[in-house]
Amino acid sequence: MSIQQLYSEAQELSSPKMRDDIVQNLYDRSKQLCLEGVSFSKVKRDTRTEKLDAIFTSPIFGFPIMIIMLGVVFYLTVAGANVPSSMLAEFFGSLEPYLKSFFDFIHAPDWLFGVLVLGLYRGTTWVISVMLPPMAIFFPTFALLENFGYLPRVAFNMDRLFKQVGAHGKQSLTMAMGFGCNAAAVISTRIIESPRERMLAILTNNFVPCNGRWGTLIVLASLFMAANFTGGLKSFVTTGVIVSIVIFGILVTFFVSWTLSKTALKGVPTHYTLELPPYRRPKFFDTVIRSSLSKSWSVLLRAVKVAAPAAILTWIIANVYIGDTSILMYMVQFLDPFGKLLGLDGYIMLAFLLGLPANEIVLPILLMGYLSTGSLTEVDSLVDLKKIFLEHGWTWLTALNMMLFSLLHYPCGTTLLNIYKETKSAKWTFLAFLIPTVIAIFIPLMITQMATIFGWL
Amino acid sequence: MSNSYRIALAGNPNTGKSTLFNALTGLRQHTGNWAGKTVSLAEGTVQHKGKTFRMVDLPGTYSLFSNSTDEEVARNYIVFEKPDVTLVVLDATSLERNFNLALQVLEMTRNVIVCINLIDEAEKQGIKINDRLLTKRLGIPVVKISARNKTGFPLLLDTIERLITGTIECHPIKTIYPDDIEEQIKKIEPQVSKLVGDRLSSRWVSLRLLDGDETLLNEIKKRMLLKGD
Repeated sequence: MSIQQLYSEAQELSSPKMRDDIVQNLYDRSKQLCLEGVSFSKVKRDTRTEKLDAIFTSPIFGFPIMIIMLGVVFYLTVAGANVPSSMLAEFFGSLEPYLKSFFDFIHAPDWLFGVLVLGLYRGTTWVISVMLPPMAIFFPTFALLENFGYLPRVAFNMDRLFKQVGAHGKQSLTMAMGFGCNAAAVISTRIIESPRERMLAILTNNFVPCNGRWGTLIVLASLFMAANFTGGLKSFVTTGVIVSIVIFGILVTFFVSWTLSKTALKGVPTHYTLELPPYRRPKFFDTVIRSSLSKSWSVLLRAVKVAAPAAILTWIIANVYIGDTSILMYMVQFLDPFGKLLGLDGYIMLAFLLGLPANEIVLPILLMGYLSTGSLTEVDSLVDLKKIFLEHGWTWLTALNMMLFSLLHYPCGTTLLNIYKETKSAKWTFLAFLIPTVIAIFIPLMITQMATIFGWL
Repeated sequence: MSNSYRIALAGNPNTGKSTLFNALTGLRQHTGNWAGKTVSLAEGTVQHKGKTFRMVDLPGTYSLFSNSTDEEVARNYIVFEKPDVTLVVLDATSLERNFNLALQVLEMTRNVIVCINLIDEAEKQGIKINDRLLTKRLGIPVVKISARNKTGFPLLLDTIERLITGTIECHPIKTIYPDDIEEQIKKIEPQVSKLVGDRLSSRWVSLRLLDGDETLLNEIKKRMLLKGD
């Protein structure tokens, strides 16, 4: 007898009631075990969790608290990162003369100095100065909230909205995971039972910024979005911009989920239970050390690892000439008209293209591209960073468009690979690439065209 | 390989499996206070009394009835990859719901240790757990620990070691179902036994067939019967 026949036979023997009975039996036995083996000495229950939940998941306060929490996390990040960032930049800048004399001393050829110092060293140290301090503040703060148990409450608050757009409530959890890493979040969609809703979660996960993109968003927002403000107010405005960008990403998630659930992925959301775990006081030291040291470090390491070859590649294509134009400039000039339509430029487009393997390297590649052609020789503070951008015709609109493009564009290589592994479908993987890309082109295009028409600049 | 053993960690979501995993292996698998944190398998090793335990952190699930991919991943590992020991991690503060999963694992495999975590929190809430009685009732070792505070680890590791060396044995209690279900099990179990041999528990497979678990059926076909047919 084959197993298929056995299955049919078992189905004949079975009944829906029997299925319920099997499960019921397990429940009864669990209950029995608890009755015998567990006793409660205190009658007083832990009411702290319930009291906190009444506030955090309240229909009135839930959303404002969420936005405020997000704001506080980013405010701490932006305001706290300024000083250490410029200190690091100055420190690395002050080392450069020594490197130069070393290269002079060993009579290194100019191109070697160019590749290693102007390309590799400057590129990677800038990544470290601008990305390490914000990450070292952002990750631990976020991890504290996470270990405290706040994330499931966010999921609880968002659940209703996801249902309304035809998606699964657990999508809010996979979305929260995406704030860390989209590639990991795509795997985490396994918690969603229905294939249709799981697909929605996979296709829209990219619209929340991951570790690799926080750096870009925070740096650009700090440099350009609050240029006219000073002191505490400046950090405040920067925070506001970042929070708005995140909320915008979530709105796009809703919009895309809704559109898909009305078209290609029609269906009614299934029910599920969401567990709200008790609030637990996080192991403060453990959490902070673990996430600030190990996580910031690993993200940074990844950035540097990918950025180092990218730096060398960028330097080479910028310095190999065909006729009187470098390869880099050919590419930049080719992409420039399209970039300009979106309020960006050819360098930015090239950085996003070369940045496909990892979002962390988009900003470094961009800087290296600019540097390889720029006239700037001395760089030792963050002000100079902005100067480089300004020299290439940047305005607040360029920064905004780049932030939006970064938020909305195609997932990184690792994420795409995971999407293919999870869906086993080239078609859906391609859609996961196409949908964000179309949106990432459309929105900056609209903004830029409107800005031109209404003369906002 | 002779000195290396595979230990699987199963349990409900948010019972601190990953915290236990990290504390034992010294790895830094991401942990968090919410359900659904771990969905794929993470591996790390612990050395104890000259033996190497290869710990495998399974996705946290409420059941192993293959409702979703993460449940399938966890179940397939326990059933088909046959770890030397399966640790079922339970949350001491909500044992009633947690025991469900332990009972399901007991139907699937023999070498199981129930590991009651968050015992510190339970004590704070005035919950007392009689581990000896539970050991007797379940027929397998029950160990109380707190992964956060790293208490109970020596006993847990010793228990794993003793189970592996055969110093102690598991005699998991059989869940007895109501008569009508038992009757149907009797009808198909002999045939199931012929098909799967002693590679799987024929009683468990019979139960799953009665429950209409089609994904398990496909998995068995894929993993065990393709070569034969």
